[in-house]
Amino acid sequence: MSTRRAEPRPSLRRLQPYLPLVGIAVLAFLLLVVAPAALSPFRLGNLGKYCAWAIAAVGIGLAWGRGGMLVMGQGVFFGLGGYAMAMHLKLEAAMVTGGPDAVPDFMVLYGDGSMPGWWEPFRSPAFTLVAIVALPALVASVLGYAIFKRKVKGAYFAILSQALAVAFATLLIATIKQTGGFNGLNNFTSFFGYNLYDPVNKQFIYTIVAGLLIACLVVVWQLYRSRFGELLVATRDAEERVRFLGYDPANVKLVAFVVAAVMASIGGALFVPIAGIISPSDVDATASIWLIAGVALGGRASLLGPALGALAVGYGQSTLSETFPNQWSYFQGALFILVILLIPGGLTSLVPKVGGRQRRSAAAVGVKEVQPA
Amino acid sequence: MESFTTPLLTGASTGAILLVAALGLALTFGQMGVINMAHGEFLMAGAYSAYLTQQVVADTTLSLLLAIPVAFAVAGLLGLVLEAGVIRWMYHRPLDTLLVTVGVSLVLQQLAKDLFGAQGDSVFTPGWLDGHLTVLGYNWPYVRMFTIVVALASLAALAALLKFTSLGRRIRATVQNRELAETMGVATRSVDRLTFFVGSGLAGLGGVAVALSGGTNPGLGTTYIIPAFLVVVAGGLGQLRGTVIAAFVVGIVIAYLTRWFDASMAQVIIFALVVVFLQLRPQGLFTVQTRGLA
Repeated sequence: MSTRRAEPRPSLRRLQPYLPLVGIAVLAFLLLVVAPAALSPFRLGNLGKYCAWAIAAVGIGLAWGRGGMLVMGQGVFFGLGGYAMAMHLKLEAAMVTGGPDAVPDFMVLYGDGSMPGWWEPFRSPAFTLVAIVALPALVASVLGYAIFKRKVKGAYFAILSQALAVAFATLLIATIKQTGGFNGLNNFTSFFGYNLYDPVNKQFIYTIVAGLLIACLVVVWQLYRSRFGELLVATRDAEERVRFLGYDPANVKLVAFVVAAVMASIGGALFVPIAGIISPSDVDATASIWLIAGVALGGRASLLGPALGALAVGYGQSTLSETFPNQWSYFQGALFILVILLIPGGLTSLVPKVGGRQRRSAAAVGVKEVQPA
Repeated sequence: MESFTTPLLTGASTGAILLVAALGLALTFGQMGVINMAHGEFLMAGAYSAYLTQQVVADTTLSLLLAIPVAFAVAGLLGLVLEAGVIRWMYHRPLDTLLVTVGVSLVLQQLAKDLFGAQGDSVFTPGWLDGHLTVLGYNWPYVRMFTIVVALASLAALAALLKFTSLGRRIRATVQNRELAETMGVATRSVDRLTFFVGSGLAGLGGVAVALSGGTNPGLGTTYIIPAFLVVVAGGLGQLRGTVIAAFVVGIVIAYLTRWFDASMAQVIIFALVVVFLQLRPQGLFTVQTRGLA
């Protein structure tokens, strides 16, 4: 390797911070223009599902890739948004057939036909939309505050967040009369008044998901170049030093954790009208880990990596599990082992290497975790 | 009164299984920085070893006595393979060991499904374990007492290994200061391997106990891995006694909670309790004085 590397021309260097925007723009063009034109409605629906996962993955990239917090329980927040949306759609479906006081069908099936009181506010579309953002923000704030203020970190944090996902899924399965249990919530008919079976509306929902994915990427891009982004990386690499400089690392982590939770929730909420179902298996420990797999594959610390990884993993899951339903777990396992073992920085970390920018990528990826004594 | 003491024994035997599982985790996690999410599958391997031993040896007493070393060896060897194949490349990346072993755990679970079927298999208890002792008017099932005895014996053996043998001394030296231990001629790589073997083997023993009390199935590992990790987290990494106390406290609290709530609610509550407990002691339970988990 030559020691002299061609430095970008000054004019290009000034543009370099905006290069990720070009990537986002290309992705936006592909998702919003090319895909709707090229794909069948069925494939487009599938792509919408992957986009919903990708939104959650963007948040994981922020918390894990940049913040060093391995969030293994994002399924919980995905589920909070998903179930909030599903409850509203369920009530909407019931109200269409049974009038304003109608009760979702499964409650009649499993229970005595009465609706628990906490379902009531979800009749309101406005409340549902607020809840999709506020609910995960609240849960993540309380939990994050409890965990980060007491300096619980690293593996402890990862294991606690996974335990949360396990607890959440078991709780959902157990409360069959209130949440549909193992079967989850399904059989939706309309989405805020629009017929869910109409292809035009389906494409509209796809556009919302893809658009929000792009929006989340822009938000995260802005966060990364802000002082907060610098602090987040600093906290990941040397938490004590950040503390000595007068910042509270707990607050930095808390913000990243809450933003990630809200993104997961938005992803979950949009997953519901596209997939037509949300069930404990979409939010449990395996589902949460699956989101992590996408982020790891794409590249945890890069901007576009988590989203691209989640899209790729979502596509792989659909195609491979259709072809090899019984061997699917082997692929899953092998993906984890090979990616982490061979390309810990993810696929996007390979790109700068090809372009001869190793030093920069090594700094950005931060694979070598600094272990404070 | 009977209904009040029954969970105590049930919980103690659950705690005993958690203890044996958590000992191995604490050994590899606390002392080597490896977070082994496939540890639950080693438990499962131990349970299937007991099942297979029973298929080969018809006599239930003999098969049980044989199952103990077989399960230890099978799980231990699996651990060795995992260490040699994957873990040794990433000792300096603890969170990555967690992700890699999640992959390993998925593969092992699917393997168990393919080999033994998705349904559970039952393991027969020998006649002499099939009863209960009545002390002070309470029934003490032999199986549960056996589980506790196996756990305590494993604990004693591990403690003795660490304290009295030269291998134990080398393990402790490696943990305290790897470079210095190397300078003094300790082959730290083989110490790593042996630690992994012992830790995984212990999970195999836990698996025999699980098989005795409820049979075996491919999802068995997932049931135990999170509670076992909560035990390690709550117990702290400093000493074995933290793990011991946390295991029995978690086991007994779960048993009592399942009396008043259903099993899943109990899981949620124990999770909340561990988070609250970490507020009080973020590094986990280090000393015996603070047993305030419940």
